[in-house]
Amino acid sequence: MALLEVKDLRTSFHTEDGIVGAVDGVSFSVEKGQTLGIVGESGSGKSVTCLTIMGLNAKRNTTSSGEAIWKGKNLLTTKPRELREIRGNDISMIFQDPMTSLNPVHTIGKQLIEAVQLHRDVSNRVARARSLELLKAVGIPYAERRIDDYPHQFSGGMRQRVMIAMALINDPDLLIADEPTTALDVTTQAQILTLMKRLQEEFGSAIIIITHDLGVVAETADDVLVMYGARVVEHASVEELFNRPQHPYTWGLIGSLPRLDIDVERLIQIPGQPPSLLRPPRGCRFHPRCSYVMEVCKTTVPELLPTQREPDHLQACHLDEETKDREAAKLLESMMAEAG
Amino acid sequence: MFRYLIRRILWAILLFIIITFVTFVIFFMGPNDPARAQCGGDQARPACLKLVTEHYGLNKPLYVQYWRFFDRLVVHQNLGYSYANGSSVNQTIAKAAPVTASLVFGGAVIWMMIALSLGVYSALRPRSLLDRTAMVFVLIGISAHPVWIGLIFEYVFGVKLGWTPIANYANFFGAPAGSGLPGGPWQWFYHMILPWFTFALLFAALYVRMVRANVMETLNEDFVRTARAKGAPERRILVSHVLRNALLPVVTMLGMDIGVALGGAVFTETVYQLPGLGQNLVVGIQANDFATVQGVVVFATVAILLFNLIVDVLYAWIDPRIRLA
Repeated sequence: MALLEVKDLRTSFHTEDGIVGAVDGVSFSVEKGQTLGIVGESGSGKSVTCLTIMGLNAKRNTTSSGEAIWKGKNLLTTKPRELREIRGNDISMIFQDPMTSLNPVHTIGKQLIEAVQLHRDVSNRVARARSLELLKAVGIPYAERRIDDYPHQFSGGMRQRVMIAMALINDPDLLIADEPTTALDVTTQAQILTLMKRLQEEFGSAIIIITHDLGVVAETADDVLVMYGARVVEHASVEELFNRPQHPYTWGLIGSLPRLDIDVERLIQIPGQPPSLLRPPRGCRFHPRCSYVMEVCKTTVPELLPTQREPDHLQACHLDEETKDREAAKLLESMMAEAG
Repeated sequence: MFRYLIRRILWAILLFIIITFVTFVIFFMGPNDPARAQCGGDQARPACLKLVTEHYGLNKPLYVQYWRFFDRLVVHQNLGYSYANGSSVNQTIAKAAPVTASLVFGGAVIWMMIALSLGVYSALRPRSLLDRTAMVFVLIGISAHPVWIGLIFEYVFGVKLGWTPIANYANFFGAPAGSGLPGGPWQWFYHMILPWFTFALLFAALYVRMVRANVMETLNEDFVRTARAKGAPERRILVSHVLRNALLPVVTMLGMDIGVALGGAVFTETVYQLPGLGQNLVVGIQANDFATVQGVVVFATVAILLFNLIVDVLYAWIDPRIRLA
């Protein structure tokens, strides 16, 4: 049985301009100990999907429907008190910006101890020992001394390590990482990703990693969900996605990956702007930017269907599979060729 | 922390010198002749004028006068003697300062209590009935003049309802023997309650908006989301994560506004006939009593500098980013 099963999740925000459908019918599942990558541009609904599962959207102007089944409970209808017991204990989350995600007026030790004591009835000494253990596990040097330091005394990478320590402190079954490396410099990014992979083996947590960086996905994920305009456009294992990408948007993402080994004039980019979720385009939401657009794309929403060759590879595009295989092969070939 | 403190103290001393010098020059440049004031105005006899001028050194150059003044002030802690009636300015201030201090600090406690409760509540429930009512309160508080508010309060609570006295001050430590005046803590409180509210209203109104804005902003901070993701209950988030951060700028403002408030105290003291610094200042200006006016200004300056120093230290204590910088 899947650890987390999300079915037809929908979230909309009521703004002064109208209703923004930030997540529109998203379904996926996460298996124990596995890593799911969610990829998409800013505003594609990837973060909101996870915030909805965690119940962390602002309550005032948000409505959600669908299901997120966790251990037989639908998280969307769970009472706030029960949800609080799950948050930070069974499911924990780390965020994009480590510079602002820690409270500046408390020592990191105090914040780690708080995380322990919110879920375990233990003394300060025990909680502190556990905090130290985690700080060492995430590779904070001189942890005994640094536990009493304040967030501003740490670098960005070190703060993200502290956030990871805080997320793992109660041994969660699922860790949601919302763009955990976006705000960090490249060398630190690699360190943090390696750390997360190592800790996943150690703690056995499943991970949902949200990113706009296909490189991060290639390195960490088992399964990949590609989101565009609040919907899932492609869902496949990481090998399938990179070997036989089926959606023109995914092709665009792969094609726009910067590479060090080849010399290009400029990066290939997907033309146009991400769609407005206030007034999304009719039919396939990618059609205004798609170079394979057909008449049907402008009127009919493509369903998320399995490919003929691989039933676990889901995609939502009206193109026939033969064309898609051919185009995907061409894209990969051209990238290989350029790579020499 | 120690270096920070030293830095702040040196800065306060420099400010003290500058401010006393500027006030001194302003009075010096003024059109009034203090010697004439002392000798009975227009009918002053030349002999008297000469005597007074020489006694106070009024014919000496500016820097000599300032030096005499500064020397007397710093070395002898003496603010001089009134030009109007010759009484010691030190004693005048010693009598008036507790009255003003009662008004300002008591008022500050009330304004912070109103601002915190209303501000935090309206931040948690924006656009609720209470939030909108608070907005009306703010508009009244900012628009209405303290003298007008004072008169209305006196009329309603003092005259119509008869709940409070309408004027005068009662000493906290008991009235001077044989004076027949009311005294003691309860009488003090009873006499101060209307002045406090009158005085607090303007600042309470300003601070409600500030507290509300700060709390709302802090509620949107990433670390608040982190706290929620940890599974912390809302009450704990508010107390432990939101308030302390939201109140940092409020503490800074409070330090600055106590000075402004000291100026505002003049109005409240006048309405309720409280014999405080403000009232002495007004009387002093009307009588061309240079020594008293300057004494009050210097004392107020020192009080504000001292208070700002306390606030700076307090601020460093609650914000580790400053303490450890």
